[in-house]
Amino acid sequence: MLNGTDFAPCFSFYEVLAVSPTTKLIMYAFNHLKKNLKRAFNPKTKLKVALLGDTATQFLAIAIKGYALEENIAIELYEAPYNQIDLQFKNPSSDLHTFKPDFVIVFEAETKLRDDFYKTPLDQRDRFSNYKINQVEDYLNISQTALNAKLLYFNYTEVNDQVFGNFGSQYEKSYIYQCRKLNFSLGEFASTHTGLYIVDLLSLQMLFGINFMKDQKMLIQTDMYFSIDFLPYVAKAVSDIIKTQLGTFKKCLILDLDNTVWGGIIGDDGMNNIQIGGLGIGKVFTKIQKWAKELKNRGIILCVASKNTESIALEPFKKHQEMVIKEEDISVFMANWDNKVSNIQKIQEILNIGFDSMVFIDDNPFEREMVKQNLPLVTVPDLPEDPAAYLDYINSLNLFETAGVSDNDAKRTAQYKEEAKRVQAKAYFSNEEEFLASLEMKGLVESLNDFNLPRISQLSLRSNQFNLRTIRFDEEELKRFGTSPYHQVLAISLTDKYGDNGLIAAVFLSRQENDLFIHNWIMSCRVLKRNVEQFTLNSIFSYAKENNCTTITGEYIATSKNGIVENHYKDLGFKHHNNYWHLSLSDYKPFETQITTI
Amino acid sequence: MNTAQIIHELNLIFEDVIDEGKVELSLDTTAKDVEGWDSLNHVQIIYAIEQKYGIKFSLTEIQSLNNVGDLVNLISGKI
Repeated sequence: MLNGTDFAPCFSFYEVLAVSPTTKLIMYAFNHLKKNLKRAFNPKTKLKVALLGDTATQFLAIAIKGYALEENIAIELYEAPYNQIDLQFKNPSSDLHTFKPDFVIVFEAETKLRDDFYKTPLDQRDRFSNYKINQVEDYLNISQTALNAKLLYFNYTEVNDQVFGNFGSQYEKSYIYQCRKLNFSLGEFASTHTGLYIVDLLSLQMLFGINFMKDQKMLIQTDMYFSIDFLPYVAKAVSDIIKTQLGTFKKCLILDLDNTVWGGIIGDDGMNNIQIGGLGIGKVFTKIQKWAKELKNRGIILCVASKNTESIALEPFKKHQEMVIKEEDISVFMANWDNKVSNIQKIQEILNIGFDSMVFIDDNPFEREMVKQNLPLVTVPDLPEDPAAYLDYINSLNLFETAGVSDNDAKRTAQYKEEAKRVQAKAYFSNEEEFLASLEMKGLVESLNDFNLPRISQLSLRSNQFNLRTIRFDEEELKRFGTSPYHQVLAISLTDKYGDNGLIAAVFLSRQENDLFIHNWIMSCRVLKRNVEQFTLNSIFSYAKENNCTTITGEYIATSKNGIVENHYKDLGFKHHNNYWHLSLSDYKPFETQITTI
Repeated sequence: MNTAQIIHELNLIFEDVIDEGKVELSLDTTAKDVEGWDSLNHVQIIYAIEQKYGIKFSLTEIQSLNNVGDLVNLISGKI
């Protein structure tokens, strides 16, 4: 995304950046994106994308490819011949089918939609949007079953043909009525189907206006719908959606406080004089706070990085009546006199998420520059000078694109907050043991049951790092594994005074005469260094003893990701022999851990 | 603004859009004389000229262009 950085000086008429006359937004110029196609890039990702349109799409193709390169994605693009959408989908030997795309983009222009509508017999026009939805359904089916591709479908710009004037908006056989219904139905359809992603052109129309988007002259000369200046915005929308499918999205919003979350400087002005709500230009900041709160409700982690004395900075969060964001909304609160870079680094350590998933909002250009220089992966929007324009500007960047939401997202703040407390607590204790004891950990050891089966399976499918032999079980496989009398699964759940960590480790055991073989051992990295390994081994030991085993055997199979457990068995006192690790029960004394068994 | 100046500026616009190196236009240059001056680049060139001089061409004006000379005349008539 445009980050205000990395622009090589460009001495041409056509600038690298262009400013939209209607919104004053800054965007790459189309010609810059076009030149990208000739420049050397080192893209991280390569994708195959098919572009199908009912108008000429040459410029759109250039813009999409050029913009993707800015995001380090190389697109191999198949551009279908003009106006062949239906044919390309429905003919199984078409170029589209041979191409085997990862993504199919369909763009139907409003001008063509109108032609279709006029071709529809008068008595069927009230069902026009239904026909179109059926068509989308066909395309989606073909995309999923035959192409194994995701479908990106543009919704339609809404332009009243004025055949019925204002009345058209309430007359179901009018074009504008059907067009609006179609747009709504598209979203509704996509909400209940997977693999379909709407490119929300309509929202862009509302932001920029149709006269900026569409170039009548170009439409007539070349049959291309989008104006040259608008193309980069379309390309960004497409790219934003594709990026979420690649798993790159923003998870965390880090906020500065003074003149960002409230007006004024808390340290100088005091809590009662900072501007929020009714005071001064407080409404500006209230809007920002409401937005941040909505993001938090959606599962975005909110953090604070502010140069302030902590107690003073916290006061409004605790006591100010007009604050929308409360203390419990913030996962990590960093108010101190260290520089922002090191505070953001600390936030990153605590949350253990990538810098590229963080957005930092600060009104101070100096602080922003420092973060950009030192943490180039963090997205740092260059806020406009006027606070009144902050929020519209931030929203125009579409920083928090997502591909879906789950119930779990909303709980994330609580989980990270617990983690932050643990990390902060750690700083107070001089030694590890004292710290661990202070956590008041309780461990629950269970064998396989209906409740933990899906959780164990999920852990086995998802853990890559702490995974000794990388053997994965889906639920069926796990059920089957568990039915053998020679097999045993031990699942460990952990709670502590900060909250419930849930099911965090499992071992899959298999008895072979007097030996107990550890088929696999997995653990969530969230609970590293909590002595859960020792606690687990104690449980394995008890089980082995009860079943008259004399030895326990483990194996480490290296992958590119599980290096952290290379010395796992060694550290637990196993002896290496013939690629396996052995522990004799007679030598074993259970470890002391700070985890109480429940 | 004289003809030479406009031609000079057009050269720069053409070079930027076509992106294939130096372009040297003269009054009787036509599209087929310049490599890369195809219909797509033409759309972009016309648009860039409109932006550069803050002027607008009508469709009929664009259609009536036969060579660079016509283009220069059209521009100087509007600025």
